[in-house]
Amino acid sequence: MLPRLAALRIEARREIPRGLLYATPLLAVALTVLAGFLLFLAMGYDPGRALYHFFIAPLTSLYGWSELMVKGAPLILIGVGLAIGFRANVWNIGAEGQLTMGAVAGGVVALAFWGEETALTLPLMCVAGIAGGVAYAAVPAFLKTRFGVNEILTSLMLTYVATLFLSTLVYGPLKDPLGFNFPQSRMFGDAALLPVILDGTRLHAGSLVALAVAVAGWVLMSFTIVGFQVRVLGQAPAAARYAGFSAPRIVWFCLLLSGGLAGLAGLFEVAGPIGQLVPVISPGYGFTAIIVAFLGRLHPLGIILSGLLMALSYIGGETAQVMVGLPQAVTGVFQGLLLFFLLASDFLVRYRLRLRPAPAVQPRAQAAE
Amino acid sequence: MTVPQPDAPRLEASGISKRFPGVLANDRIDFAVAPGEIHALLGENGAGKSTLVKIIYGVLHPDAGTLRWNGEAVEIADPHAARALGIGMVFQHFSLFEAMTVLENVSLGLDKAEDRRALAARVREVSQAYGLPLDPERDVYTLSVGERQRIEIVRCLLQNPKLLIMDEPTSVLTPQEVDRLFETLRQLAAEGVSILYISHKLEEIRALCDRATILRGGRVVAECDPRAETARSLAQMMIGTELKTVVRRDAGTTGTVRLAVDGLSVAAEALHGIDLKDISFDVRAGEVFGIAGVAGNGQNELLLALSGERLAGTAAALRIDGEAVGRRDAGERRKLGLCAVPEERNGHGAVPGMTLAENVVLSAHRRMGLLSSIFIRAGAAARFAGEIVKAFDVRTPGTAASAASLSGGNLQKFIVGREILQKPKVLVVSQPTWGVDAGAAAAIHQALADLATEGVAVVVVSQDLDELLAITDRLAVINVGVLSRAMVTRDASVEEVGLLMGGAHGLASEAVAAQAERESSVYVA
Amino acid sequence: MSLDILAPVLLTVISAATPLLFAALGELVVEKSGVLNLGLEGMMIVGAVCAFAAAATTGSGLLGILAGAAAGLGLAFVFGVLTLTLAANQVATGLALTIFGLGLSSLLGAGFVGIPVAPLPKLDLPGISDLPLFGPLLFGHDALVYLSLAAVVAVAWFLKESRPGMILRAVGESDISAHSIGYDVIAVRYRAVLFGGAMAGLGGAFLSLSYTPMWAEGMTAGRGWIALALVVFASWRPWRLLAGAYLFGGVTIAQLYTQGAGGLGIPSQVMSMLPYLATILVLTIIAAGPWKGRLNAPACLGKPFRPST
Repeated sequence: MLPRLAALRIEARREIPRGLLYATPLLAVALTVLAGFLLFLAMGYDPGRALYHFFIAPLTSLYGWSELMVKGAPLILIGVGLAIGFRANVWNIGAEGQLTMGAVAGGVVALAFWGEETALTLPLMCVAGIAGGVAYAAVPAFLKTRFGVNEILTSLMLTYVATLFLSTLVYGPLKDPLGFNFPQSRMFGDAALLPVILDGTRLHAGSLVALAVAVAGWVLMSFTIVGFQVRVLGQAPAAARYAGFSAPRIVWFCLLLSGGLAGLAGLFEVAGPIGQLVPVISPGYGFTAIIVAFLGRLHPLGIILSGLLMALSYIGGETAQVMVGLPQAVTGVFQGLLLFFLLASDFLVRYRLRLRPAPAVQPRAQAAE
Repeated sequence: MTVPQPDAPRLEASGISKRFPGVLANDRIDFAVAPGEIHALLGENGAGKSTLVKIIYGVLHPDAGTLRWNGEAVEIADPHAARALGIGMVFQHFSLFEAMTVLENVSLGLDKAEDRRALAARVREVSQAYGLPLDPERDVYTLSVGERQRIEIVRCLLQNPKLLIMDEPTSVLTPQEVDRLFETLRQLAAEGVSILYISHKLEEIRALCDRATILRGGRVVAECDPRAETARSLAQMMIGTELKTVVRRDAGTTGTVRLAVDGLSVAAEALHGIDLKDISFDVRAGEVFGIAGVAGNGQNELLLALSGERLAGTAAALRIDGEAVGRRDAGERRKLGLCAVPEERNGHGAVPGMTLAENVVLSAHRRMGLLSSIFIRAGAAARFAGEIVKAFDVRTPGTAASAASLSGGNLQKFIVGREILQKPKVLVVSQPTWGVDAGAAAAIHQALADLATEGVAVVVVSQDLDELLAITDRLAVINVGVLSRAMVTRDASVEEVGLLMGGAHGLASEAVAAQAERESSVYVA
Repeated sequence: MSLDILAPVLLTVISAATPLLFAALGELVVEKSGVLNLGLEGMMIVGAVCAFAAAATTGSGLLGILAGAAAGLGLAFVFGVLTLTLAANQVATGLALTIFGLGLSSLLGAGFVGIPVAPLPKLDLPGISDLPLFGPLLFGHDALVYLSLAAVVAVAWFLKESRPGMILRAVGESDISAHSIGYDVIAVRYRAVLFGGAMAGLGGAFLSLSYTPMWAEGMTAGRGWIALALVVFASWRPWRLLAGAYLFGGVTIAQLYTQGAGGLGIPSQVMSMLPYLATILVLTIIAAGPWKGRLNAPACLGKPFRPST
């Protein structure tokens, strides 16, 4: 009898190779671009031109780069919070809703002070924005820790509720009295808007906060016992309990942190590029941030890069729409494809592919039953 | 292809090799089983026995080598093919489905659909013929471990096997249940069925088997007639070195009580888990206290309740040096000096994906001062990990290696070492030497003994009765969540302990009835 | 309320429940095999747009239905390759499927917004269909409604009585045991996942061909997620799932009617929150209640499995 012809053997790796861990996102991006090439070809566009306008053209001007940061800021803020939760196996999928509630809470403060803003208005708005997101994330946290309700479904359901709540407000009590009945609030006063830090662009102070949050997230996860607890709970819940780490406390921490950051991101949107409350605040940042978190390998510094890359997919989508006539929906397809490719390439990180079984010669043989 | 020969062995393996990442589990293995023979595969944990039988049963595929069935070369692609040849297997870790009925479990083990009623009748028939009583309609999770094993055996027997593989069948049975199983196996052998019996228990093999093949480090090191050998000579073939006996100390039963457990009751957490019922015992400074029992009788639950991973109903149910800690969690108990080693290494006692230095932080950050405010002192953690590696001879490239990269035995040494070097006042250890080689086991036993000599109260939970008899001063038996009275180890007999392990003579139904009685008395009071 | 009003109300309840029933029933089978596919929303909406596009282009409702099922199946296959063959995290992959599906659907549907399509024909038996209440209730539906009910019967029978159903439950109960007895865990799970995808696609097809015969971006509006919650609510039992789906259909219709009746002074958006809030409430009751329904939850749900060879 011949040894079974195992042309390709798949073995689980005992140790995750670091280099490969951080190289696979690049592989995933490359595959996505390739898939984009084929997609555009199939849709009857000139793929070279379309890809150029999608990925390169936005980066040829200073304004393009500033827009990258404008769109990247909320993605980074939310992505860092989600990544910390994902590390603990806490699946907050409702960041979009927490973003909305943060925007509403901060926006209400701005409107309450309308016409009589002071230097304290903006800080107060930020506090309100964070509080809005925190309070909204507290619902799934409470239901999960108290009753064991799956946070994926509750946080997601609450996103729909938040969107409807925002629309109730801008169609009703918060509608601009002089706004020709458009469903939107008054424009915020100047003192209730984030300062622009680069003249001629929309680049606002929130971008700097986002970068600072990412660095703080890295310190938290890599050097403190808090981050250690989060990582242990995610990798081995039984070991966390053995160590005396309280799982409910970690769940609360992760949900409130990610909710607060999403709320702050929402506030930055309405106090930054938008400048008022409108029925739709985000083009799905809360969901895209899930991809950002994974693409950044759940590492806060990696998330800066992946956040900017996903921001590019938004800007590129707009540019390509204008220049080549590509439908805007291509952005969503690209984002989904990217996550697929990333998850698929993960296989290479966790498993080793071998062409032939290794010869049986090594004398040192231990436990393998 | 050859014609089957009448005098050929039922099964013959030649040159079987199988490699896993980092380990050569089977290295050119040769052996043969004759019809009607009870053949032992003897070896330590990790010797390659389970790998070999999984290859025979088609679960794994060899990298090299040949299997012959009645003289004819065969390639066993999967368990269906094995069963078609007439090979049946009873797994060490049962291949059962807890939430399904006995009948469904039996049916899943057969290769073709059979009418429900006819099958139920056949199950009853076979189980009666071989003394293996079973109710086909019961859900598996309601059954005792012994009853579950009967399902596996009946499932095999329904297919009239010519070769029956039993993988460590007695590790989950009481001594009385073992006797009953042996009768069944002898009856089968008399009917011409070959039996491949995997074990590391020497006396059992001497009592039951006609021939033995001995494996060590993935290789065949000897073949013999076990009845002509002594347990000691078999053990030397199995382990390969002269046996060391543990240095027994004077029984330390005179110190002050360090750990006092009084009326500890904890409801099961898992769906099919065991409730702990009114458990009381105490352990003195300098004493090694053993907890014996058949697997799955509440040992894990007890360890969790002692370590603080599950909380007791009242603070007074558990005291460390007189301080009531029943309501305090694992971290706080550790601060007071109670350290614990759980049974499961990967994912419980250690985080596989983290480095050894990080795994030190897991349980030692309080006692070893590895934090400054919320920041981890990485250097101090690495140094402590290095100390453990050195003191307990952990084979690893360094403290930056992940726990997953260590072999099971080495990781066990690391975890035991991590808890011992924290200088605990009370140490609770579950299965301290599971999967470690004989030399390391002796070292761990010695370390536990030394710890007791220094005035630590040590609790050892183990399914290995021989281990407990060798290293403990007193011991008690846990059975369906109830702990027996403690007895002085020196005065305890295997028969007595065996009876306690089986509850009411090993009959699960009676044990359950007795449990229900105790239950009502506990909760009414 | 007179019968004349009751009948149309109940009819709309059935319509609102049917897409949920399809998607949730498929997911029930998937989860029974031990796989958690959170991509229901994505598969439903791609099913909806493909069904609509096929029906609008060919004019054939049947082709539309088939296209919807095929689209759901296709996405489910992608999910299977990632989670079963490549052992990727099921939660992350399910989310990716939903994000991708939402993007793909608006890309595919761009040219179909605002186009009408003939709704699926209703079963109409002259005489009988005109009976008060029972006539329209029993006979006034299109084929998909009957198919969804037949599917409940079929799935219930399959899981409880058939041998493949027993094997599927076994695989979800203990993948390791099933593998060691010799069942091909991955193959069983692939079949379940593909079935779940086709069912989600049918749910989507019903939405765009029958419930509101048109295509609008994001028209599933979270129904995939509600269907996931329904599986938990039903504690993995097909008949209870039927009851749950119709209960949710009732909630949806109740809030629509309240809005229609002037909303009792409540803003329409607040009424629209009801199905989502009801989902949270139901999940909480199920999780907090003494029954827990966990006895029926597949033990291997969501755990990746890779056989060693």
